[in-house]
Amino acid sequence: MASKKLSDLRPGEAGIVARVTGTGPFRQRLLEMGLTRGVRVEMEKTAPLGDPTEYVVKGYHISLRKGEADLILLSPVPGEEFS
Amino acid sequence: MTKKLTVALAGNPNVGKTALFNNLTGARQHVANWPGVTVEKKEGTVRWQDYDITVVDLPGTYSLSPYSLEEIIARNFIIDEKPDVVINVIDASNLERNLFLSAQIIDLGAKMVFALNMVDTAANRGIQIDQKRLAELWGVPVVPTVANRNQGTKELLDAVVRLAEARDPVARHIHIDYGPDVEAVLARIEKVLAAAFDPADEHYPRWLATKLLELDPDAIRRLEQSPQRQAVMAQVEEGRRQLEKTWGEDAAVLVAERRYGFLGGTVREVQKEELEKRIVLSEQVDKILTHQLFGFPIFLFFMWLLFQMTFTLGELPMNWIEAGVTGLKGGVRTVLPEGWVRDLISDGIIGGVGSVLVFLPQISLLFLGISFLDDTGYMARVAFIMDRIMHALGLHGKSFIPMLMGFGCNVPAIMATRGLNSQRDRILTMLLIPLMSCSARLPVYILFAGVFFPRRAGQVIFGLYLLGILIAVLLGLVFNRFLLRGQEEPFVMELPPYRLPALRGVLVHMWDKVTVYLKRMGTVILVASMVIWFLGAFPKNPELADLFAQEREQLEASFVEKAKALQGREDFAALCRNLELEKAAALAELSHRQQATEMRQTFIGRLGAVLEPMLRPLGFDWRMSVSLLSGFVAKEIVISTLGVLYEVGEVTEGAATSLQEALQGSGLKPAAALAFMVFVLLYTPCLATIVTLWRESGALKWMLFAVGYQLMLAWLTAWVVLRIGLLLGLG
Repeated sequence: MASKKLSDLRPGEAGIVARVTGTGPFRQRLLEMGLTRGVRVEMEKTAPLGDPTEYVVKGYHISLRKGEADLILLSPVPGEEFS
Repeated sequence: MTKKLTVALAGNPNVGKTALFNNLTGARQHVANWPGVTVEKKEGTVRWQDYDITVVDLPGTYSLSPYSLEEIIARNFIIDEKPDVVINVIDASNLERNLFLSAQIIDLGAKMVFALNMVDTAANRGIQIDQKRLAELWGVPVVPTVANRNQGTKELLDAVVRLAEARDPVARHIHIDYGPDVEAVLARIEKVLAAAFDPADEHYPRWLATKLLELDPDAIRRLEQSPQRQAVMAQVEEGRRQLEKTWGEDAAVLVAERRYGFLGGTVREVQKEELEKRIVLSEQVDKILTHQLFGFPIFLFFMWLLFQMTFTLGELPMNWIEAGVTGLKGGVRTVLPEGWVRDLISDGIIGGVGSVLVFLPQISLLFLGISFLDDTGYMARVAFIMDRIMHALGLHGKSFIPMLMGFGCNVPAIMATRGLNSQRDRILTMLLIPLMSCSARLPVYILFAGVFFPRRAGQVIFGLYLLGILIAVLLGLVFNRFLLRGQEEPFVMELPPYRLPALRGVLVHMWDKVTVYLKRMGTVILVASMVIWFLGAFPKNPELADLFAQEREQLEASFVEKAKALQGREDFAALCRNLELEKAAALAELSHRQQATEMRQTFIGRLGAVLEPMLRPLGFDWRMSVSLLSGFVAKEIVISTLGVLYEVGEVTEGAATSLQEALQGSGLKPAAALAFMVFVLLYTPCLATIVTLWRESGALKWMLFAVGYQLMLAWLTAWVVLRIGLLLGLG
């Protein structure tokens, strides 16, 4: 698969941010937190009830709801491929 | 002569900004609200060299966008108040994301110094930062600090003074380079803007141009007065179109990306980092604390521990305060001459304030525990695991803790909503907190469930708590749908690494909350309890008092007669003892009857009588109506009022047996008793909660709304419960 949404990642899997969709404060907040094009994001784990999910970006941990992670499109890390 | 300086403290959340603030100002600080909003404003002072420095702690933010109250406050303070120096606190182990805010402060043209905090933790993680290079690149002096060990504070103050005196060797203003195309667009906008602004604000046009390009609503508002408005906006639109055509991206995205591009460049140049990037221990701890299976049990255990600690440790000082208040009342009553002044001071003022003061130990402990957990980083995890549930109510996971605190006491719970990011979340959470059955309501349940459902008391009480939660869920959905529709806040939340909190920070935080609580008590609640006392003590009826005095005399005389009649009998001494007991009982009965009769004709008693027809459909008698009315002040008073009205004297929690008997003999139906408990669960919790809701929501209308909905909800639910109870044969 050529691209994936951030919300599709499984624990331990990583991807490169290709595009942040959505509008207004949601997108602004994601950009401010460092989720800009070309940034590597790794999925850490999901909360016990299935949402939200914890990711690692720029060396820190951030949690996003599924609806927010849906807004972020990823491409594979160079040299790797999405399963 | 001393000179004055104003310094603003800015930085991301979880970077040790509060600890640094405490180091800078020591005990010379006070908490207020930012004008017009209920976001906390902390201010402190420090004397350094020849300066009196006022330090203002700005809200912790990741950015200066216009989408959250905190960020608008921080931004407006820097733009409008023009602090002499901004101290930007930066987490050394998270340089890149922290610099995003710094870049925006630079765009605002403020004089800035970096407090590179937690350099020790960063070093442990293998992160080395070339501070000299960072200072050169950004034109910003850099001071390494370890705030929770009070290191680097003096050096920071020196740097502030150097900056203020414009004699810092590295300080200069740099432009964050957004790339040639964006810069060209910005230059064109600035040119149109320049005509509209004072040339002294040399950096302001650039900032405004950048913000306009991002279509920042607050920036557009700032332009409203300007005659150039149309021309500027035309230039902005033109620029946006052009960038969008070239890059296929919105200008706001481009600006954020370019800014991060600049930051990435900085980090590559100044930061040396070994490969092991992660905090292993913290991640291990987190695996357990947010575990799929154990996460919730562990959380429940922590909360159980917190409440146990609060209520068992809090009990002892509570008893001291109670004893102190009683002693003080007694003292006043012996010193002052009889009369309404004495009653006002002892019952109105001391009694009223005492009834709120008594919760101080528990509130302090609750806040102590919460701020401890908060500083460890665990509270972010609680929000993480609870968000799924809270999201269903349209709330953020962070709302869960204030709601939970509500089971202890609604007042600190409502105060804790300050930690929430959006005003909408705050209001919604505040409106729902009173449905969490606080500890003061429990004695009422214990009394009524014990009398009317002796074999199922536990289940009844548990059911009441559950009912409160259930109604909170339903109302949450309703309010969310119809009342507070506004945009939901992005959840996006940082999960900071676990840390061992600094004792001082935790204590300062607790102290802040306690002072807010005390201040409120000293003002509004004092006045309110005096008013309530007045309503419960007036009008006096001297004839009534005379009547009872006469009756008492007659009673005593009759016993003297009885004693005389017994004279000469063999077992005279024993008979006399019996007679004494009989007399004491008769006198007690008389004084209870007097109390009840007097209360009936006070304002509260009369009001209770007026309200009685409204409460009669719920199966309550006039005594219960009056007790509910006085319970408006606090739920503890419900029981003591019932005690007075059922003519068994004032009832304390421990010795309620006579009241139990009285209730048993009152002919009250179990279904009505159940309805009464439901009413106590749902109607206005107490005066202190109502006042706190008013203060924290910042609007009288929310307080009125809360009171209104709670009264209606209580009546309706109690009525339904009564009807169902009667159908089920609880008559």
